[in-house]
Amino acid sequence: MNFILDHYNYWIVVFLMMTGFYIVITANNLVKKIVGLNVFQTSVFILYISEAKVSGGTAPIVTEGATLYSNPLPHVLILTAIVVGVAVTAVGLALIVRIKRAYGTVEENEFKKMDDAI
Amino acid sequence: MLEQHLAALPILLPLIAAPIALILGRSSFSWAFATLISACACLFAWQLLDLALANGVISYEVGGWPPPWGIELRVDAANAFVLLAVSALSTLVLLYSKDSIEKEIEASKHTLYYTAHLLCFAGLSGILLTGDAFNLFVFLEISSLATYTMVSLASDRRSLIAAFRYLVMGTIGATFILIGVGLLYMSTGTLNMLDLANRIDIAESGRTINTGLAFIMVGVSIKLALFPLHMWLPSAYTYAPSAVTAFLASTATKVAVYVMIRFIFTVFGVDHVFGSMGMDLILMALAIVAIFKCSYKATVQSDVKTVLAYSSVAQIGYMILGISLVSATGLMAGLIHIFNHALMKGALFMAVGAVFYRVGSVDITAFRGLGKQMPLTMAAFTIAGLSIIGVPLTVGFVSKWYLVTAALEQNQWIVAALVLGGSLLAVIYIGRILEAAYFQERPDSQNTTEIKEVPWLMLAPMWALVLANIYFGVDTSLTTEAASSAAEWLFQNNEMPLGNQAEAK
Repeated sequence: MNFILDHYNYWIVVFLMMTGFYIVITANNLVKKIVGLNVFQTSVFILYISEAKVSGGTAPIVTEGATLYSNPLPHVLILTAIVVGVAVTAVGLALIVRIKRAYGTVEENEFKKMDDAI
Repeated sequence: MLEQHLAALPILLPLIAAPIALILGRSSFSWAFATLISACACLFAWQLLDLALANGVISYEVGGWPPPWGIELRVDAANAFVLLAVSALSTLVLLYSKDSIEKEIEASKHTLYYTAHLLCFAGLSGILLTGDAFNLFVFLEISSLATYTMVSLASDRRSLIAAFRYLVMGTIGATFILIGVGLLYMSTGTLNMLDLANRIDIAESGRTINTGLAFIMVGVSIKLALFPLHMWLPSAYTYAPSAVTAFLASTATKVAVYVMIRFIFTVFGVDHVFGSMGMDLILMALAIVAIFKCSYKATVQSDVKTVLAYSSVAQIGYMILGISLVSATGLMAGLIHIFNHALMKGALFMAVGAVFYRVGSVDITAFRGLGKQMPLTMAAFTIAGLSIIGVPLTVGFVSKWYLVTAALEQNQWIVAALVLGGSLLAVIYIGRILEAAYFQERPDSQNTTEIKEVPWLMLAPMWALVLANIYFGVDTSLTTEAASSAAEWLFQNNEMPLGNQAEAK
């Protein structure tokens, strides 16, 4: 029991990761797929942030009396990864807009049928 | 000044040039500009390979922060060799694309195409040169995002869906790599690849490291389209504009193969990945299945672009097979095949693009009788096709020769036989197309007078690749020297993991 409680943030990561992954695989609507992809990526952000915490450490700002700091590097990395995630979402949504214009639908099974008909 | 920053230039030049190409506005201006930049980058890559072969390692501190704190660019024979192939292909494809994209991309999007191409090239150079695991992820995403855009530029609406699927698969792959890097950082506290290699202590926190290894391997396998994670590749290659396919098929997956080599040999170490984790068996089995399943798939497709796309997955199988043989010769065969496959697939897809330019279709029926109508294009296709099969005097023979030698060195007779068996399937799928081109008459219903040879700007890069196919097939000194010194370097680096090589600056 303690093992689960002590690492609760990692359980959240695993739960979010699997949820996002499941949505990406099963969703029929392309926008939902992008949402799933975002949830999946967000879980990784939490993973990085969790590993940055040094138990007993304060915020990484040099002040008197503090000797133990949390690691600021993963936060910086995740800022970059968030930017990457936003870019992926933007490209994905732009593609969805063009798919909607070309096919008139964003449901995967519907445009699959339309392409088979050609 | 220039000498000092040489390692950063192949990344910086196209990255800075990309927005300028967009601002130039006119299609022909941005074409000339992009080609010039790519040619300059190719020249720098040549110099880097020269320096790397002479001095060993070139280390460049980005922003003046010394590694392992700052980001390091690290050039050795292995990545300089792949970089040269990528930048040369990029230049040739850009030359070719001026006429080719006229037919396949709307005029208003031409500048966007050149911008995306330069961004993709910058990302690929970055992946190759960086010595930092997180930086590698960022460059991977830069090149991938540009790739999704380029695939979706085609006027066929199915390219949109192909691009979207590629985006979903590619993002999952990149995120897997990100998770793996995060797990490595968790247990080592560093992101620099050499530093990682020194600090990975399997005995201490084996499970975290091994989970990281698994995530990175699966992520990279998606990116390089290793069977059975290749499902995004055939549709993306089929529906993308021909110039884009020629560029992607010859560079993007090859760079991912390089990433796999780097992680196995530099970061985790051969002993760990192949010795205690038994990864060589998994990779070998998947590679052999890829060779046969996808070569077979290639023989039953009717769209020639799809045939070549499946053939690409099979050829990636050969590269992975070379790596999985766990010997310097095997690795060398893999590296040579990265270079050689870029030459042959580039030429093949350019020839197919030329057929689309004149005939307007790439179905196998469209190839009927083209041997007479487009003799130069079909001759190029024939020679590059023979190279895929592995006929002597072409580069394909050189790669297969080293691959079979590597297999025989280890007494893997069955593997050697399977490599040769895979070539027989290549005879079938290339032969089908050649048969249609040379031995079938053009149907009378189609207007045959309009079909003639393509503009010289399309023929020249195609034939440059074909001649390179023959040149490097006869005179193998450059490729084998670079590949063998790269393979030896990677292996020797492995045996003394303290990694205090003399660093040339």
